[in-house]
Amino acid sequence: MIPLSWYLIFAAALFSIGLFAVLARRNAIVILMGIELMLNAVNINLVAFWRYVNPELIAGQVFAVMVFAVAAAEVAVALAIFISIYRRRRSVSADEIDLMKW
Amino acid sequence: MIPDIVLFIILALVAVASAVGMLFSKNAIYSALNLILNFSSVAVLYLILGAPFIALAQVTVYAGAIMVLFLFVIMLLGAERLRRSETLPYQQPVSIILAAILAVVAIYALLFRPLGIEAASVANPDFSSPAAMAEMLFNEYLLPFEVTSILLLVAMIGAIVLTRKRQRRVQR
Repeated sequence: MIPLSWYLIFAAALFSIGLFAVLARRNAIVILMGIELMLNAVNINLVAFWRYVNPELIAGQVFAVMVFAVAAAEVAVALAIFISIYRRRRSVSADEIDLMKW
Repeated sequence: MIPDIVLFIILALVAVASAVGMLFSKNAIYSALNLILNFSSVAVLYLILGAPFIALAQVTVYAGAIMVLFLFVIMLLGAERLRRSETLPYQQPVSIILAAILAVVAIYALLFRPLGIEAASVANPDFSSPAAMAEMLFNEYLLPFEVTSILLLVAMIGAIVLTRKRQRRVQR
């Protein structure tokens, strides 16, 4: 079977790409996509550890389902915030949303 | 054994390539489409790991519902391209360095500190069927499950309140 560390390396690579998207992109919607990518990498880790360490207990899959639900809730609220911001400022650029910047 | 490894490598390459494509497309629509490809290939990885329910939930929830929401909002706002604006000159290189450090350190730690975990063998072929999972979810994890449903309700109400048009004050 595939070594566990391959899955972990793969998830780490996806997480880093997501982190880069969050840090470097200016479009707020793409930043949110980066966060989704990071959550997805966490899910890969959860399922891989479940399969390799303790497959009889299905806790890993249950946690992954919870992460799905949290991700869905987060996306709904974040996109609602973007729509609200766009109505006021006509932009979703992270650079222009700087009201709370000192 | 060998087909598994070949499949894993192909899927991992597709997933990483589409994630990089997500990162570098100028147009947010292409970013979203790349992300859908990424989520679908990760769903096939879940199938290799023996988690069919998670794989299908990934396709329906992530690649389906969440990404449709993204595409809706991008098209609704017409926000696929940003106007050019001032950027911090050091932001891009600093974020490349930070993300690369994270990737290198994580991969180093995984490669050179062997975990010594072999795949556990399973006697029961049905070990991860949706039925077994539901039993776990509704017995042992009932409270977190209910809390999750409340979280979804709160998110739904929050999204409605946030996107509602501000109403003019109504005269009595």
